Amino acid sequence: MIGRAAVQPLLDDRQGRRAMVWIMAIMIFLTTLSAALGLSTQGAGRALDRQLAARLTVQVIEGDAARRDAVTAALLGRLRASADVARANEVDRARLAELLEPWLGEAGLDADLPMPAMIDVDLRSGDDATVARVEALAKAAGNGIRVDRHATWLAPVRAFVAALGWTALGLVLVMASATGAVVLLVARAGLDTHRGTIDILHMLGSTDLQIARLFQRRIGQDTLTGGLIGALAGALLVALLGQRMASLDSQLADGVSLQPLDWLVIALLPVAFTLLAMFAARVAVLRRLARVL
Amino acid sequence: MASIVQFENVGLRYGHGPETLSDLSFTLREGTFHFLLGASGAGKTSLLRLLYLAQRPSRGVIRLFGEDMVLSPRERLPGFRRRIGVVFQDFRLVPHLSARDNIALPLRVAGMPEEELAGPVAEMLAWVGLTDRADARPPTLSGGEQQRVAIARAVITRPEILVADEPTGNVDPIMAERLLKLFASLNRLGTTVVMATHDHHLLHRVPDALVMELDGGRLLDPRAAA
Repeated sequence: MIGRAAVQPLLDDRQGRRAMVWIMAIMIFLTTLSAALGLSTQGAGRALDRQLAARLTVQVIEGDAARRDAVTAALLGRLRASADVARANEVDRARLAELLEPWLGEAGLDADLPMPAMIDVDLRSGDDATVARVEALAKAAGNGIRVDRHATWLAPVRAFVAALGWTALGLVLVMASATGAVVLLVARAGLDTHRGTIDILHMLGSTDLQIARLFQRRIGQDTLTGGLIGALAGALLVALLGQRMASLDSQLADGVSLQPLDWLVIALLPVAFTLLAMFAARVAVLRRLARVL
Repeated sequence: MASIVQFENVGLRYGHGPETLSDLSFTLREGTFHFLLGASGAGKTSLLRLLYLAQRPSRGVIRLFGEDMVLSPRERLPGFRRRIGVVFQDFRLVPHLSARDNIALPLRVAGMPEEELAGPVAEMLAWVGLTDRADARPPTLSGGEQQRVAIARAVITRPEILVADEPTGNVDPIMAERLLKLFASLNRLGTTVVMATHDHHLLHRVPDALVMELDGGRLLDPRAAA
């Protein structure tokens, strides 16, 4: 095996190496941003799922206010007694009137207006069977009962978040492919640049694997250096954006944050890209060398 | 003495051109010294390329160390190449490496640990008179100095076969004689030497040396090689 000490001078092209480091830094910077977008939207999707899947709004639609209040009270009692329900609370009528004010004006506060009663229900589980049981329980309380699943009316938002996540994953894969392609080009260019040295090494009895290791090691070092620079810059930008997003104080933005595991994935990106680059370099060099004696 | 090189009806053609070497049949025995003569274009360099396994023949059989090099799989060739030392006419030194590192390269390729390299390399540098130029890079060395580095690199592993293409072409007569003595001493240690040269004066400097002469890609007297 050719020792490390001999590697540097053997493949001595500092200009080319600097360029490779910066190309890798830029690619891994962009990959870090894509991965952060993908991971955070995935987190947001999971948070939305948690929040929506186990939430229902039960409407008691009854023109007679006394009868509506009686049905609502009975229904609240039955819901609270159910093992599937974690919490059931009637939405304050003043709050309802406030919500309707943009459309109805002051009339929303009129006691004669036949407004439905609304009960917010948090379930212990968001699975379909639990939802169906609670829905049946609520509907059994009377004819004018309507049950809305939050997941249904926020489905377009969930679909958009999922699409963002898949787009980000696609970007990460495109960047990985582009990195592989860049490494193949660099390795081939390196073989052309160092053809004389490689001929000498061959003549001295070097195996293809020994020569491939020289390129593999050099490209691995460059990718790791560039990768660390790119990932660090990307992580700093993501952290900064995270801080800005936190200051938005938006319920939807709450879920768009990176968890410790997500940060670990981002930290591993340079290592993963280094391994990918080393593999691509090895394949490129071995394939090219196999064509000569 | 056993044969170390055996050519049988060997022909070499580059691409679709005419044969550069034709019908070469000869045997080199272990521990012999051979001068390879011939005018420019006679095929000396092509024959040497076949000997140091840079090329496979277009036809015929080449046996080195008792093994068929034509049928030998590509993966086995590096192992055979390590047993052959080569001195090129154009030196082929790695320009970014110092003289010391160029000489050490075959040992590194063979996997010798770094801490064991210093001794043999220093010995070779002294042998070719370049101890004080050990850290110089080839572009800063004279032609003769580069030639000596190339020779030191070729012999540092004590190869079984030494192939040299005009090794004294760039050195003064005194150095040429010194290098020839070097080759002769290696030969006495058992290395089979094949040396291409234009310099007929050298032929008489090595007692018992055999002469092969190429003309138009053919060996003039094949028996002379044996």
